[in-house]
Amino acid sequence: MMKKKVLVLSSVPLHLIIIILAFIWILPTVGLLITSFRSSGDVAASGWWTVFEHPFSYTCYTIENYKEVIIKIGIGKAFLNTLLITIPATIIPILIASFAAYAFAWMEFPGRRVLFVILVGLLVVPLQMTLIPILRMFNKLGLAGTFPGIWLAHTGYGLPLVIYLLYNFISGLPSELFDSSSIDGATPFQIFTRMVLPLSLPALASVTIFQFLWVWNDLLIALVYLGGTPDVAPLTVRISALVGAYGQDWELLTAAAFVSMLLPLILFLSLQRYFVKGILAGSVKG
Amino acid sequence: MHTKKITPWLYIAPATFLLFFFLIYPLVNTIYISFLNYNSEKFVGIKNYLYCFTNEIMLTSFRNNSFWVIVFVPLAVFLGLIIAVLIDRVKYESIIKSVIFMPMAISFVGAGIIWKFVYAYRPVSAAQIGILNAIRSFFSLDPLPWLIIRPWLNNFCLIMVGVWIWTGFCMVILSASYKGIPRELLEAARVDGATEFRIFWKIILPLLKPTIAVVSTTMIITVLKVFDIVYVMTNGNFGTEVIANRMYKEMFIFRNFGRASAIAVILLIVIIPMIIINIQRFREQEAIR
Repeated sequence: MMKKKVLVLSSVPLHLIIIILAFIWILPTVGLLITSFRSSGDVAASGWWTVFEHPFSYTCYTIENYKEVIIKIGIGKAFLNTLLITIPATIIPILIASFAAYAFAWMEFPGRRVLFVILVGLLVVPLQMTLIPILRMFNKLGLAGTFPGIWLAHTGYGLPLVIYLLYNFISGLPSELFDSSSIDGATPFQIFTRMVLPLSLPALASVTIFQFLWVWNDLLIALVYLGGTPDVAPLTVRISALVGAYGQDWELLTAAAFVSMLLPLILFLSLQRYFVKGILAGSVKG
Repeated sequence: MHTKKITPWLYIAPATFLLFFFLIYPLVNTIYISFLNYNSEKFVGIKNYLYCFTNEIMLTSFRNNSFWVIVFVPLAVFLGLIIAVLIDRVKYESIIKSVIFMPMAISFVGAGIIWKFVYAYRPVSAAQIGILNAIRSFFSLDPLPWLIIRPWLNNFCLIMVGVWIWTGFCMVILSASYKGIPRELLEAARVDGATEFRIFWKIILPLLKPTIAVVSTTMIITVLKVFDIVYVMTNGNFGTEVIANRMYKEMFIFRNFGRASAIAVILLIVIIPMIIINIQRFREQEAIR
């Protein structure tokens, strides 16, 4: 009886520490969200936390900021560009990588180990080492500032991690699977499409959400290969340009930022399990 | 498995081709360009490297990246570890995990704006709309221009944004590893009368050492390449320049491809030990398989 009481008491600070930490972590994002729904006059006059002084006066909220950034400032167009960049730049590398991962895991060929060790080395090579030669090449081929150019770039940069993650999963499939199916006369391609891919769905889900978020949130690659032209610029590029142009208009900056965060947050909250799995499997990548 | 000799090559050909085109060839080419002048027309020897190690802003970048490594890495890893161990004891673990992990899902640009607003500064006479300065004025302290006060406060403020983003990453990996420790081991120590603090230092920490090493190397690589946060929040002004942002400026603003390449090569050289560690770790894993 006595002992139990002591345990309960000592856990009060534990709960307190955890809740305070979580509070600190979520507070900045809450501030962003609230500010994005306040009028510019309100935002300039008082801090966002003052809305809690009269929590039921809904009239102080407005969606004007969203209308302005999405339509007038072109964040809507940027959102579309981001989608047009991200979807192919997620599908193409995963398609190419799954073939390679399968070969690395279950086929014998000379140089297999050496090639894979090089791949592991490439996981953390700084992208900065590749920007100038590829930009020059893109300029020559007319790929700079185009979607196909950035799809290719994201494919090249994403491949090492995607192959590595898929390899880890596919090489862990039971070997009996491959023995019995080749006795049945299945070709490697049939084994790949009918058995390996369906069995790898959890791993494919992990790498898809990983690559999707990585491309969606990328700034550097888009800045270098697409530039800031509104026709092609994704959200990250447009929004970082807004910081310079609308530095003090917090209601606009916060609304634009929230537009860019919406889809990643939905994906994250609904597919967190797969996201965590991907991180656990690929924790070598920087 | 019985396959024709050509089959494996067909499967890896597209990937190998792209990896060569987008990573290996540019790598070699960048090293070559780093010995040429700004538009790659003339050989200049090690002039670009001399510039990197003598120019004042370059030296500031090196200093700042070192500061990031020294402050950011221990802070993110340690906080991640503490949170992983603490939340294991409460029922609402998964909610807290989601909250701490959430910044990983959003872009650094988004995070940059969120925190720029937290650090917002206005003169004493005006209402403070940034929460940090509002807290300061609540305690009758003068507001601080957080992102302008050099050299340590503004860099530290940027580092905290990084900590906010990456602690969740460290927590997730360390938490998975912590849950792998047999509970009986911790219970036995508790029965023997060890304090929680002692259990943490003498049992949990040593057992998690390999994972802490993995997470720390990943964080070091991340920090050496840090770009977006600085680009969005200060663009390297007020003494907050970092190597990756400097490289971007040399490339796009000053159009000096020789110098930009030299900076990239220096970045690669600093990261090479991490690449070797990764390859060794991979070989050990394969040996166990």
